[in-house]
Amino acid sequence: MRRAMTGLACLAATLLAATAANAQGTVKIGVVMSYSGQFADPGAQIDNGIKLYMKQNGDTVAGKKIEIIRKDSGGVAPDVAKRLSQEVIVRDGADFLAGYDLTPNALAAADVSAQAKKFMVDMNAATSVITTKSPYMVRTSFTVWQLNEALGTWAYKNGVRKVYTLVSDFGPGHDGEAAFTKGFKDAGGEIIGSARYPVANQDFTAFLQRAKDSNPDGIYIWVPGGPQPAAIGKAIAERGIDKNKVKIMGQGELTSEDALKSMSDAGLGLITAFHYDFNHQSEKNKAFVAAFNAEFKRNPDMFSVGGYDGMHAIYEALKKTGGKTDGDSLIAAVKGMSWESPRGPMTIDPETRDVIQTVYIRRVEKVDGQLVNVEFDKIENVKDPWKARLPK
Amino acid sequence: MMTSVFGVLFDGFAYGMLLFLLSVGLSVTLGMMNFVNLAHCTFGMIGGYVTVTLMNNLGWPFLATLPVAFIVAAAISVAFERTMFYRLYRASDLDQCLLTIGLVFVSVAVAAYVYGTIQQPVNLPNYLRGSVHVGGLTLGVYRIFLILFALAVTAALVAALEFTRFGAQVRAAVDNQRMARGLGINVDRAFAITFALGSGLAGLGGALAIDIVGLDPSFALAYLVYVLIVVAVGGLGSIGGTFAAAMLLGISDMAGKYYFPAIGSFLIYLVMISLLMWRPSGIFGRR
Repeated sequence: MRRAMTGLACLAATLLAATAANAQGTVKIGVVMSYSGQFADPGAQIDNGIKLYMKQNGDTVAGKKIEIIRKDSGGVAPDVAKRLSQEVIVRDGADFLAGYDLTPNALAAADVSAQAKKFMVDMNAATSVITTKSPYMVRTSFTVWQLNEALGTWAYKNGVRKVYTLVSDFGPGHDGEAAFTKGFKDAGGEIIGSARYPVANQDFTAFLQRAKDSNPDGIYIWVPGGPQPAAIGKAIAERGIDKNKVKIMGQGELTSEDALKSMSDAGLGLITAFHYDFNHQSEKNKAFVAAFNAEFKRNPDMFSVGGYDGMHAIYEALKKTGGKTDGDSLIAAVKGMSWESPRGPMTIDPETRDVIQTVYIRRVEKVDGQLVNVEFDKIENVKDPWKARLPK
Repeated sequence: MMTSVFGVLFDGFAYGMLLFLLSVGLSVTLGMMNFVNLAHCTFGMIGGYVTVTLMNNLGWPFLATLPVAFIVAAAISVAFERTMFYRLYRASDLDQCLLTIGLVFVSVAVAAYVYGTIQQPVNLPNYLRGSVHVGGLTLGVYRIFLILFALAVTAALVAALEFTRFGAQVRAAVDNQRMARGLGINVDRAFAITFALGSGLAGLGGALAIDIVGLDPSFALAYLVYVLIVVAVGGLGSIGGTFAAAMLLGISDMAGKYYFPAIGSFLIYLVMISLLMWRPSGIFGRR
């Protein structure tokens, strides 16, 4: 027993020594997200954002060399994400946690960040509650509430009165439904019907026919990425729903670049709320898209911009602390920080550490023979409304 | 009210046709050759990717890709059958399941490696898009096409098995393999062709399914459940049974989602359970 204790103590001492040695010259960032499995593509796009930021801004900040340690959580696996986050801190001596593509994984890893007092950047997972789980966490993506409540309010202001909602029957879908309903009803609108379709649904004809038969002047849809957006877009066209009379509204995934390619002209006229699109018209974004294309031969998307801005938050925080990597200094440095992102202006909310940004309302149009999301309205400085309503 | 009923019937019928094309091959191989081929939808996926590749990379018209999807899926399946499956014809069900489900995972990984995990776009020609209005009903043009196409395929299949010399050989081989061999029928060849035919039909179904349900590497697994339900409910080896089961399940799935969206996706399983309790070997089961 005593020998075991001595052994453990030695091990701990070695680990501490290793961490201390690392702290002098390099800063390690443990990136935990899906590099394989069903969510490999979003993971790859976040990673591309990280790589591009480091290429453009060098790998040395405040005299420290930045080193990325990549860990594959392989999909929805909170236990794996938590274990990897622990390992990357204890064994590899990481000073930062970053990545986190999926809500369950981010929630599980938040405990690690809180206990180890490590600065953590949620680069994608979009459920409101996540950032409340660790006082050392910031988010550089968006929240479902932020986009959809803004969309609900916007819909009423723009003449929509009766809406049918159709959402995917899992957590984020329920959030989207609740957020849109809240924004729309508070403004004065009426929800005349709603349905939740099964997560693995493939054919949307019946759901959309039912929505159409209830005679709404707007249909709200929340759909995750993957094959479903295209199936929905095509079913809307096939059901003969006239988009001039019935506004079809949703979160940006509905009209992602891939989805629009498969939908072709069936996608025309869809209205979505989102925080980023590669078609966003700004100098900063044009340069970003060009550099991204040169490097990775494809367009950046919401995942890439989350990774890119996440790295920006880490770099700027390190500069402000002069290279100090303890969680308290870093989080103090990043609170209230504002910058011009490819998506437009964004700020880290000093109270919630969540992102404050512009929500763009876009319509699918044909520009030079290509279907793209054209921004035609925007709501500036949107905070996550869900956290604003939490008792303080 | 009546229009919605007809609309649901029509859409359900079209969806059922899709299920029929995807599953009839499995029903034939499972029923006639007693081989549990869980990799059946892999051939559907192959058909889908063939169509996507020909259309997007080589600019072929949609209709011209369909026969190629059939042939490529059939050819690959014969290669599999001759190299792997035939060794397990007399093996236990578990061995067959393990081999074929393993192939499914391999095929999912290969598709993801070659084509990426993204959704494959397919743009149908204009004459297959949109919808026509018939007496207050909105009928998707593509669904009409799907129904006509599948009916033609069914007719051809029934004719081939019932009225040709080859069909007679296959039926003889199934009824009594030893006797058929004794009469000089080349049973191995008959089975190989049957297998290819079934997989080719799956390939065709996969190609036709893209526009309605999309195509990505998970196709081989996502549709396996539906196909197995259709085969189980229809009864093994019965084309008529598979047809009836596919119709029934397509329509009940569509009706469930339209009239009871809250439990809609569950209805298909309820229908399956009650049908199997009524007739454990399927609607037209022979055993």
